[in-house]
Amino acid sequence: MTSSRFIITVIGSDRVGIVARITTVMANFNVNIVDISQTIMDGIFTMIMLAEAPEKNCDLAAFQEAMETEGKSLGVEVKVQNEDIFRFMHRI
Amino acid sequence: MLINPNEILETIRMVKMENLDIRTVTMGISLRDCSHPDIDMFNENIYEKITAKAKNLVRTTEEIQSLYGIPIINKRISVTPIAIVAESCMAPDFVSVAKTMDEAAKEAGVDFIGGFSALVHKGATPGDLKLIHSIPEALASTEKVCSSVNVATTRAGINMDAVGLMGNVIKRTAELTADRDGIGCAKLVVFANAPEDNPFMAGAFHGIGEPECVINVGVSGPGVVNAALRELENPNLTEISETIKKTAFKITRMGEMVGREVSRRLGVEFGILDLSLAPTPEIGDSVAAILEAMGLERCGTHGTTAALALLNDAVKKGGAMASSSVGGLSGAFIPVSEDAGMIEAVNVGALSLEKLEAMTCVCSVGLDMVAVPGDTPACTLSAIIADEMAIGVINKKTTAVRIIPAPGKKVGDSVEFGGLLGMAPVMPVSKFSSETFVKRGGRIPAPIQSLTN
Repeated sequence: MTSSRFIITVIGSDRVGIVARITTVMANFNVNIVDISQTIMDGIFTMIMLAEAPEKNCDLAAFQEAMETEGKSLGVEVKVQNEDIFRFMHRI
Repeated sequence: MLINPNEILETIRMVKMENLDIRTVTMGISLRDCSHPDIDMFNENIYEKITAKAKNLVRTTEEIQSLYGIPIINKRISVTPIAIVAESCMAPDFVSVAKTMDEAAKEAGVDFIGGFSALVHKGATPGDLKLIHSIPEALASTEKVCSSVNVATTRAGINMDAVGLMGNVIKRTAELTADRDGIGCAKLVVFANAPEDNPFMAGAFHGIGEPECVINVGVSGPGVVNAALRELENPNLTEISETIKKTAFKITRMGEMVGREVSRRLGVEFGILDLSLAPTPEIGDSVAAILEAMGLERCGTHGTTAALALLNDAVKKGGAMASSSVGGLSGAFIPVSEDAGMIEAVNVGALSLEKLEAMTCVCSVGLDMVAVPGDTPACTLSAIIADEMAIGVINKKTTAVRIIPAPGKKVGDSVEFGGLLGMAPVMPVSKFSSETFVKRGGRIPAPIQSLTN
């Protein structure tokens, strides 16, 4: 029932290499990017990705932890959340 | 992208900045098959049942928390009122049952367990009385056990003998936990029209009309409503109501999805979603702050009851639209100690016990987490309960009293419980006696349901 797609948000101050390093972690976990958008709002780097996790052998906790650690070393905040929460909250 | 980026960022802001959370996932467990004349056997039965049913509750809840990135603050258990299931036990008191519940809650890893309860709105059985007399020691000798007693309903009226008794029980509970500012009283609620499916503590129990096992979810979010209102530019009250409704809708949808997923994974029926604005001591996560955002200088001033009525009604409307499983208490809570805005309002002299009582006519629950002087007579506590029960019975709504006669404390002092329970300034009570009235006992009959003026 739960979707296998995730919304990944990266928020923080802009710097070189954020997209490269975050997407490398995703590739390591075999997570595919379905859609990606990126803006600078009030000087704050905001990247939102819709990503798809592999159906089998997906260790969500390990993926979330790896993303969070990478985010910390970049000085940005990374969140990995199942897409259902957004769909349910804002759509009937 | 199918989901609007602004909506994604709105959700993240609600959680990160405005303290949106699932306050509790509460598993209701029926203990009706645990009865046994030997209290040791009974205790063994309930321990086995609770720990078996709730074995995966905490782990599953934590998985869901990380899957959706929504904090789930408490995991709790509610059980069939112990007075009913322990009625046939041959024992002088039920303190050992509370201790067993405490151990089972610790084994399951939950934060609280509710249901050390009795329903005595029309009258009390020997088991009910045994339970009520056990409450002070039960709450003093356990950590996670919560207790509630329903003393009135709109259909039965108010059992004034029970109201009189509860004044003494509260007093005694405070005395036995005097070293911790009377914290036992923070785990004890006296109800009128108690709901059977409420996931919030201290009043949660698993009602006798409930299934074998059920998941009930309590969602909170005063901070989100507060922030949404403060973003409006010079709104009128219709616009305020509309904004609260929309916000409540979103919060409820989130709660329902989380609740359904938890119950699906546990293979347990989904019961209800309780959308209650339950404040926390965090700044801004406050019901008082919402009322002040509507234009009141301080919560407690004239106009507060009207503002709270608007808030409570709009929350219910938004919630009812979002989910067909809304139940429990659903509305706005006004616990003094748990709400930084309420504490401040009491400290500056804007909010009195009398005004709080008026506010309980239009919100969910009632006089909640209110500290009064330690030397308040038991019959005055009973009279405060009687007033609150009358409001519930006449208005056909749930009301409750959770009051702490803080041992050794006077007006101007405060009590400190820490965590979600917060701190409460000691509020003055009337100096005039209610003793003769309370001691008359008997029952205040059920009210007429017509000629409503």
